[in-house]
Amino acid sequence: MAGRLLVSTRKGLFCLGPSGRGRWQVERVCFLGDNVTLTLPDPRDGLWYAALDHGHFGAKLHRSPDRGATWEEVGVPAYPEPPAGYEEKDPMGRVIPWQLQRFWALEPGLADQEGLLWAGTIPGGLFRSPDRGATWDLVRSLWEHPDRRRWLAGGADYPGIHSICVDPRDGRRVTLAVSSGGVWRSEDGGGTWACHGQGMRAAYVPPGRETDMRIQDVHRLVQCPTHPETLWAQHHNGIYHSADGGAVWRLLVPSDAFEPRDSLTGFGFPVAVHPQDPDTAWFVPGDKDERRVPLDAKVVVLRTRDGGRSFETLRRGLPQEQAYDLVLRHALDADADGRGLAFGSTTGSLWVSEDGGDAWTTVAEHLPPVYAVRWA
Amino acid sequence: MARVVFTANLQRHVPCPPCQVPGRTAREALEAAFACYPRLRGYVLDEHGILRRHMVVFVNGRPSGDREGLGDPVGDEDEVAVMQALSGG
Repeated sequence: MAGRLLVSTRKGLFCLGPSGRGRWQVERVCFLGDNVTLTLPDPRDGLWYAALDHGHFGAKLHRSPDRGATWEEVGVPAYPEPPAGYEEKDPMGRVIPWQLQRFWALEPGLADQEGLLWAGTIPGGLFRSPDRGATWDLVRSLWEHPDRRRWLAGGADYPGIHSICVDPRDGRRVTLAVSSGGVWRSEDGGGTWACHGQGMRAAYVPPGRETDMRIQDVHRLVQCPTHPETLWAQHHNGIYHSADGGAVWRLLVPSDAFEPRDSLTGFGFPVAVHPQDPDTAWFVPGDKDERRVPLDAKVVVLRTRDGGRSFETLRRGLPQEQAYDLVLRHALDADADGRGLAFGSTTGSLWVSEDGGDAWTTVAEHLPPVYAVRWA
Repeated sequence: MARVVFTANLQRHVPCPPCQVPGRTAREALEAAFACYPRLRGYVLDEHGILRRHMVVFVNGRPSGDREGLGDPVGDEDEVAVMQALSGG
């Protein structure tokens, strides 16, 4: 199991490590009091990145060469000046500012793409950095794609790119997910883009628009690194699986199914996939869209080990009464061997499993609201 | 030379002690301060040079009425204060 956890919260970055016999301790707190929205421990060179949202002072990015002991502020993406007199509005008529609001995804390129980073942002810009975050370039081919303006807000005031999957076989093949703008793929390193998502269905739009791929609210998208044709998505309206690189999707668990419902609910935000076994994935469901707490106040993890034909409800070690923890889209992560799992909640709880989810340990109960969890 | 001061909450992120800078307008005074503390610029202005939504600039205790241009005239005895607006953020 990988050694450390980076837990990004509303009030700082908490770095945890094992302290023996299944126990964990906070080894370091960085940016205490500040809103840390994401981290990226870069496996290529060991650098850590932390994205902050200062509210008044804007979004910032910091980089650490020494696992959080010291940090240096680096560059942030800049949106271009809109054409003179142009005011962009989303399909609902709301103004979309061409201004960086927040980092919502941060991923490294491949090992042979030294220093390359990808950033997904709100309000919908994708950026590339060739130099470890010092400078950023807007991927104009996507920003200027006419269908980009069809994206809807979802999860924030403006549309945003929250998931970036770089194909380990070919770093030019990049797949994104947007709330709420569907699944997008480039085969040429971001030169051209196509919207995918056949089979996805949105229940939050008027009849006739349900299958419009450009407005699908994918909450989180993950790709199996050793079997990159397999992708899993937690969608606003259910759990989806693709076996062809994200072109065609199959609904496995709808978000509004099963009356009387058991614990198998398909509403939620995060998903993690086993790095070696494409058929194994984990989800942390909530009750439903209009009641974003665990069903019956019991925190559970859903696991499939057969490509979604069946799901197990994992409870051992998780609170089974009066628990109202919601887990956001970046707050569940699997480690490099697929046995270590961790997730954190908006009410400041953090759980770790060292056996692929069979049993869980409560690691923290009083953290600030957790936005993202990542193994380092 | 106008005097420019910054909210203490900003100094937590970027060193920016009060400074005496040249400038005939609040914008020019701020630009002169940013030349002294380059990292400060992105904390006060967005990527288009516009005052961030939840920031406010005072000239001699009065909020600037020109948030976009910051064209308020300033003289040698004047003070430009960069503060957080209490509007959220």
